[in-house]
Amino acid sequence: MTPADLLTRAPAPARRRGRSVTLAVGVTLAGLIALLALVSLVWLPYATDDTSGGRLAPPGDGHLLGTDKLGRDLFTQLMTGSRIAVEAGLGSVAIAALIGVTLGVLAAFAQGWLDDTLAAFLDILIAFPTLLLAMLVVAARSATLGSAVLAIGLAQSAVVARLVRILVKRVLAEDYVTAARTSGTSWPRTVAGHVLPNIWPTLVVNLALQFGLAVLAEAGLSYLGLGAPPPNASWGRMLQEAQATFTTAPAGALAPGVLLVLLVVGVNLIADGLRDTLDPATRGRRS
Amino acid sequence: MTLLDVRGLTVRTADGRTLVDDLSFTVGSGERLGLIGESGSGKSLTTLAILGLLPTGMTASGSVELAGTQIVGAPEKRLTAVRGRDAAVVFQEPLTALDPLMRVGRQIAGPLARRTGLRGPALRSAVLDGLEQVRLPDPERVARAFPHEISGGQRQRVALAMALACAPALLIADEPTTALDVSVQAEILTLLDTLVAEREMAVLFVSHDLAVVARVTDRALVLKDGRCVEEGPVLDVVGAPRAPYTKTLVDGARTLQAALDLRSSR
Repeated sequence: MTPADLLTRAPAPARRRGRSVTLAVGVTLAGLIALLALVSLVWLPYATDDTSGGRLAPPGDGHLLGTDKLGRDLFTQLMTGSRIAVEAGLGSVAIAALIGVTLGVLAAFAQGWLDDTLAAFLDILIAFPTLLLAMLVVAARSATLGSAVLAIGLAQSAVVARLVRILVKRVLAEDYVTAARTSGTSWPRTVAGHVLPNIWPTLVVNLALQFGLAVLAEAGLSYLGLGAPPPNASWGRMLQEAQATFTTAPAGALAPGVLLVLLVVGVNLIADGLRDTLDPATRGRRS
Repeated sequence: MTLLDVRGLTVRTADGRTLVDDLSFTVGSGERLGLIGESGSGKSLTTLAILGLLPTGMTASGSVELAGTQIVGAPEKRLTAVRGRDAAVVFQEPLTALDPLMRVGRQIAGPLARRTGLRGPALRSAVLDGLEQVRLPDPERVARAFPHEISGGQRQRVALAMALACAPALLIADEPTTALDVSVQAEILTLLDTLVAEREMAVLFVSHDLAVVARVTDRALVLKDGRCVEEGPVLDVVGAPRAPYTKTLVDGARTLQAALDLRSSR
């Protein structure tokens, strides 16, 4: 092998493997949490309000990770917490995608002053703090997981809408859209057939990132008591509750923290992996 | 019969610049008209205006009648019906004119299904027929390929197949060979020539290349800064140009030709 071969050929397979590893690790990490969440639907080690384990029991002895200061099993809480985290992520992203894509596509078609107004409106919405929005929603409704998800989803839909608006505008300027139009394709068909598929790879990566952010945001809201009410243990509230006893029983704070990081990192790795696999141009170059 | 009747077509930008100025011409059914001009002369805008597809911010005035339908100021719904059926376009750059994320077969199937109402296996075989008509080897493979997986010449054949799938009365070819290698250019021109002759289609051929226009069309119209400077049978325009601008174009082309002759005779 000549040095030139090394330069041109060697990095390609290495990078290819790197990409699939990214995706595989991401799927494993996020899949672990998803599995916990799924199992929690049908089986839990203890009931969520079972305090028979005694306060702050150490790990082991019937309680895998010990108990919290009220005597509830930590692992049970982690499992219901996974469910809530996954629900929060999926729910927020669903709301963000539905509102964001619709609004973004409409904004992309707007012209002149309407276009400027919509762009400014989206920017203002993005600048508005998620936390404040969440407090408003919680005040208007009640502190439930639904309220938190609604608030997070609404806040994220502005981000998604702004991204979609730019992506659609770019695709609309492409020759293949003009070509489709010259052959008599109507606007709705053009959007469904050419515009959405072409923004999809970028969009789905962004939605995966939004999922991670939504999970973090829900944990933050629960930490402040604005998330799911007891006895549904959210990771955020577990962190808050274990804060005072961190020095004596660190597992209570460490465990939800670690799971939170695993899920968010996992989802971000999936996003990175997807970025490459969803683009047929790079797919073609790699094969 | 007049298929396309353009009268006093004027295209202006939002800030008032005039890009196409009082342009008038006609194309009869089965006739081939060449639109000659350098980049910026307004030839591509003219083709877009004919289909009511001007970029946002630009406005057309005057009259464009395509197969009896007034295009200027027509509502979107009427335009959608006209596009494809009465006129279809082959664009300059086939790589960007094809959807990068859609398999070639599906891109041809779209307009084909709309025109013929075919579905399923019948549509599939019609797509393969269409690819075969533009002399693509191994149509099965091409139909499954993404645009980036086939060569430039093959892409332009696909673009041509897409336009022909509409079975338009008028084929608008906007610099269809400019982005291609010279050898591929000749192949595509011959193909275009045969296919259009077989279907007795009218052609509006837009190009900056005199030799190409002379080869494909009957009549030519020379555009400069959005105005028509000369119009007539293509051999007259190329052989005995009257307008000074046309003379410059012809002289330029001849100089290149002469250089080629000189080299090859040595």
